[in-house]
Amino acid sequence: MQKRVHYNSSYLPYLLVAPQIIITLVFFIWPAMQALYQSFLLEDAFGLSSEFVWFDNFVELYDNPRYLDSFVRTAFFSFAVAGLSMGVALFFAALADRVVKGAQGYRTLLIIPYAVAPVLAGTLWLFLFNPTLGIMTYFLDMVGINWNHKLDSSQAMGLVILAAAWKQISYNFLFFVAAMHSIPKSLIEAAAIDGAGPAHRFRTIIFPLISPTTFFLLVVNIIYAFFDTFGIIHAVTAGGPGNSTEILVYKVFNDGFVGLDLGGSAAQSVILMFIVIGLTVVQFKYIERKVEY
Amino acid sequence: MVENRPMTTFISHSVLIIGVALIVFPIWIMLVASSHDALRLTEVPLPLLPGDQFWENIKLLFSSKTFGAPIHLSLLNSLVMAMMISLGKISISVISAFAIVYFKFRFRMFFFWMIFVTLMLPVEVRILPTYEVVASLGMLDSYLGLSVPLIASATATFMFRQTFLTIPDELMEASRIDGASPMRFFFDVVIPMSRTNIAALFVILFIYGWNQYLWPLLITTDPDMYTVVMSIKQMLESGESEPMWHMIMLTALFAMLPPVLVVIFMQKIFVKGLTDSEK
Repeated sequence: MQKRVHYNSSYLPYLLVAPQIIITLVFFIWPAMQALYQSFLLEDAFGLSSEFVWFDNFVELYDNPRYLDSFVRTAFFSFAVAGLSMGVALFFAALADRVVKGAQGYRTLLIIPYAVAPVLAGTLWLFLFNPTLGIMTYFLDMVGINWNHKLDSSQAMGLVILAAAWKQISYNFLFFVAAMHSIPKSLIEAAAIDGAGPAHRFRTIIFPLISPTTFFLLVVNIIYAFFDTFGIIHAVTAGGPGNSTEILVYKVFNDGFVGLDLGGSAAQSVILMFIVIGLTVVQFKYIERKVEY
Repeated sequence: MVENRPMTTFISHSVLIIGVALIVFPIWIMLVASSHDALRLTEVPLPLLPGDQFWENIKLLFSSKTFGAPIHLSLLNSLVMAMMISLGKISISVISAFAIVYFKFRFRMFFFWMIFVTLMLPVEVRILPTYEVVASLGMLDSYLGLSVPLIASATATFMFRQTFLTIPDELMEASRIDGASPMRFFFDVVIPMSRTNIAALFVILFIYGWNQYLWPLLITTDPDMYTVVMSIKQMLESGESEPMWHMIMLTALFAMLPPVLVVIFMQKIFVKGLTDSEK
């Protein structure tokens, strides 16, 4: 945690942590407290009067089928994004681990999506699947599928999952490749001498050994799908059609800034905070366990 | 390579090439679309190969003000915001990590936990109240408002703490015996020894800053303060007619070029920094 030897100074350390602490207090702790406080208030739409209503806002959310729907939808969306993105990345990483020549080239191309902003990723996929113009729409039409994500809610969900998973493939790929690199070559060679083929080795040696990385990535991907996909949803579907792609983060924004339901939006923020805290604790528990061996 | 299986290697390469082509496909289509004129992009099927209008479109994009804010201005805004966020995060994290590792002082652990808490409060979760704070400080429509609220960073502080803990204690003892002040030690030993980490972190944070979307969307109302990433959405919505796809795709190209170039050219350092630090 700290050095065995350290400096003693009366004011310098405070001066050094001051900028970070001040920004944390003003832009993180204070707004979070405000959200907590507001979640107990019932404010009228003009912000003229407010009333302390204890847990009414939370009870209202609990009774609101639209909110519960959004919860289930977010869970589905997150696991779909994590599953799709990690599956594809693992597949690529396993292949890239095999080849010697050109591995660098594949990596260079595969890391590009990491640098693309979510809203741009959404725009690119929107263009590909544009109901009237899109190239993919054209191809799908040739095989008899009528694509219109502006009307069909499951197609809309499919498209945002695709765009969100695409962006995250780079990250997962890099971590899987790093994990596979750290497996001792002697294990793989021993299995090969015993006659295990590449597929068999992957299933019985590589996959079990990278499972800590897989678990870590699962948590990171879920956090990503929960919070970093706002831009994708905003560009591709804006939560629609109906509310079919309205995930929790989008709903906080929509209810607060568009619907001006401040108390309800704040209560949703508080619930989201608890979700992040839960996920972060899981993530750090995992890190501690990993440090042991 | 464990054993020589030419067939498996061949199949691996083929599948990888097809897979990578699929991943890059959306970007290819963006490049293709930005090199055709408006008329061609209304005809189904859309082209799969580049056209010859690329330079014409660039001239049009940079001369025109009809597509939201002038693009050179929004590119500049994005650059300033990304640099302020990345350099700001690095500077305040490196000094606070230095204080936490090398000094003994009251409330040290309290401050540490306070920084840790920021990890649990992403901007998406506290948008409304943070917006109110920024508005009451008069920081709407300014570079400070765009960057400062995003600058506190638990991850960067942790990473520097981790790095500093690996610096041998003897170096600090030696510099103290030689009569160097803590800050002298910081600038002459600690910073040079963390150079690689700073570079890797810069890549990650530059991309994070450049790609901010929800935050600039909320706090800028003046078109002169728009960032290029958020101007895309405005272009998608502009007017009742079909969006101008060739201009949108060209803007998208400019909006993703800086972070993509940074990640490609600093690839080695970025990959090492990412897989080492975020675990």
